[in-house]
Amino acid sequence: MTHRILAIDDSPTMRGLIARTLGEHDFAVTLAEDGADGLDRLAEVDPHLVLTDINMPRLDGFGVIEGVRGHPAYASTPVLVLTTESSPELKRRARSSGATGWIVKPFDDMALVGVIRRVLGVPLG
Amino acid sequence: MADLDELRTTFFEECEDLLDRLGSGLRELAGGAGAGPDDTVHAVFRAVHSIKGGAGAFGLDDLVGFAHLFETVLDGLRAGRTAMSPALAEDLLRAGDMLDDLVQASRDGAPPPAESLARAVAGLERHADGDGDDPLDDFVFEPVALQLDAPDTAPDTGAADPAIWTIDLAPAAAMYMNGNEPAALIAALAGLGPLQVAARTQGVVPLAGFDIDDPQLAWRITLAGDADRAAIDHLFDFVEGLARITVTRGAPDMAPQADPTGSAPPAAPAADEPAAAPPRPAAQPAPAAAPATVRVNLDRVDRLANLVGELVITESVLSQSLAAAGLASNGEIAGGLDRMRHLAGEIQESVMAIRAQPLRPVFQRMERVLREAAQATGKSARLVTTGADTEVDKTVIERLVDPLTHMIRNAVDHGLEDAATRRAAGKPEEGTITLTAAHRSGRVVIEIGDDGGGINRARVRGIAEDKGLVSPDAVLAPSEIDAILFMPGFSSKAEVSAVSGRGVGLDVVQREIQALGGRVGIASSEGAGSAFTISLPLTLAVLDGMVIEFCGQTMVLPLASVVETMGRADTTIRTTGTGGRMLATPGGLVPMIDLADRFGLRPPDTAGDPGVLVVIEGDDGSLVAVTADRILDQRQVVIKSVEDHCGAVPGISAATILGDGRIALILDPEALLHAAGAGPVAFAGGIA
Repeated sequence: MTHRILAIDDSPTMRGLIARTLGEHDFAVTLAEDGADGLDRLAEVDPHLVLTDINMPRLDGFGVIEGVRGHPAYASTPVLVLTTESSPELKRRARSSGATGWIVKPFDDMALVGVIRRVLGVPLG
Repeated sequence: MADLDELRTTFFEECEDLLDRLGSGLRELAGGAGAGPDDTVHAVFRAVHSIKGGAGAFGLDDLVGFAHLFETVLDGLRAGRTAMSPALAEDLLRAGDMLDDLVQASRDGAPPPAESLARAVAGLERHADGDGDDPLDDFVFEPVALQLDAPDTAPDTGAADPAIWTIDLAPAAAMYMNGNEPAALIAALAGLGPLQVAARTQGVVPLAGFDIDDPQLAWRITLAGDADRAAIDHLFDFVEGLARITVTRGAPDMAPQADPTGSAPPAAPAADEPAAAPPRPAAQPAPAAAPATVRVNLDRVDRLANLVGELVITESVLSQSLAAAGLASNGEIAGGLDRMRHLAGEIQESVMAIRAQPLRPVFQRMERVLREAAQATGKSARLVTTGADTEVDKTVIERLVDPLTHMIRNAVDHGLEDAATRRAAGKPEEGTITLTAAHRSGRVVIEIGDDGGGINRARVRGIAEDKGLVSPDAVLAPSEIDAILFMPGFSSKAEVSAVSGRGVGLDVVQREIQALGGRVGIASSEGAGSAFTISLPLTLAVLDGMVIEFCGQTMVLPLASVVETMGRADTTIRTTGTGGRMLATPGGLVPMIDLADRFGLRPPDTAGDPGVLVVIEGDDGSLVAVTADRILDQRQVVIKSVEDHCGAVPGISAATILGDGRIALILDPEALLHAAGAGPVAFAGGIA
């Protein structure tokens, strides 16, 4: 089965990289430009997993996590945080908002795919 | 699927936007103004952060390293650990410039400017606090694919015999709430070796008494094979603290019994995890909505512009053929042609609008130029810009950077007086350079003004005489002396200064602007300052032209330089002592150029009376009358370069295709003026 992923990042470069990497590994990726755009598309995409940046205009990654967790249908959908920030404090905050896990940018293609597969329960390679 | 090169291009385009935002944010911070320091710091942080993120993906380590340090300092500011100060503002501005340089260097594959990088790094390090990552340690950036918490026990050194791990997993509610699925974890473990999984259901209560906040279901997993401990811990890194997990070497019966209902390990959620996170305001204040945009490769726009040009030409060819076939008077055909001409015109305008871009980025770059020039000369100066949203053709914008840079440096270096002189003149020590842009009658006018001492005309004249550029007994009006500044080789500073020097003078600026179809003017008032005015066409793609004919040749004169046309009958022509001919006008004698002669279309001095005379004006106000047999038309023509195919042709600036499909050359008025030796001063090194 093809897993649907909603990827939210305000950087066009990052969106391009994510789409490319995940597309190559048979994930169906929908891109959103910021947190608000991401939450708007949540129901339409009906994702198996949400991948979100933290620092974004309009609505940041914490807002995304809270929005996803607050939606009855997606309360337990995995949300991975993709960020260049790696401080323990940020991770704690992400986790207490309800993040499933985090990936530090710049990401290694296989590491990104590996983490997503792990969280989705898709056997690795 | 976008390939990496395309993404790289996207990245550098994105960087331009981010650097613009960074620049304005930093200036706001430095000026203490702006939407509110917090928002500005956040915006600036985000810009640096995004550059770092993208740079990492493309392995641009210098950029990542510097962005990281920059980010660390901004984080200190954001978190209130560092306070804003003039010194910090200056270092941040310099860091912004450096980041810009590093982005350009990365794009061009050039080595980073080591010396200024070291300076910028040192500047930032002064403000980097110890709270974040140590910038010194971090400066050499190593991409980290995944942030892993260190395993809480050292990897087993494996003297233990059976290659079996026993794993007990007892999730707490928080683990489910964060979307971590035990089945997914178990599936991931299966990737490490053959598994046996047993659910432990001792604590599970009947559904009626089920408490969602107190899950009791647990698993015991036996993993065979030689998976190492770190790999297992890695799989659990997201759920650490959200489940009780014990990993032990050996088969279940050999492993110490982990009591799933026991209270020995701390109950999840972990102590550092506030059970109920205080709700935070999730939405950040929305920035002013930017209009939706799409990035288009400039080549595509150029191609479109070119095609529209062809369309306009085809339309006029068609209309001429219909006229020739006697069909032009047919109402339907005439109406259709009219609509088509109208539409083609509108498409052309729309395409030009696509190419138009605001001058803002160039103006913003000038802030930096000013800062650097002020620093180098030890003067204090500020830049006041107006009309940064004025739109100009993108090609024009790109080619404006060098001349503007030169003129800003010039204004600081030569225009502004030193602090002592300014004080003595009752002016504020800080000089003001103004940069304004506006649309004026189909052209863009950019003015670079300063509140300095104005042009010292006596000195300019003295230097020009010393250099033999003007004769000592020449009678020159103030504006003529000002024009000397544009003469090749003139430089009013005795030695070339480090700031505006580089051996180029305003003559180079003038040439660059003229190459864009523009003109440069000066106004100066002693003691109050000078203003340089650049007037540019809105686009380089079309031109309003006057189509003239002589000796069977059809050529185009740019309408902007045409002052007057007159029939032969209305004119008085005088012959000078040297055999040259002059047109007598109320304003005086104007030199004449016989175009047919000039282009070698007939032997010299065999000209009969010209049919018409067209008086054209140069950028310096000098006049020349060119002769032609007749004027054919006045129309917009599409400019086609001849330089690409024929090299530079003296007297010819470009070519176009006329309605009948014939090619016509576009004359270069400045070159004609130079050839006539016109103007208040005979410019050395004319074009022809």
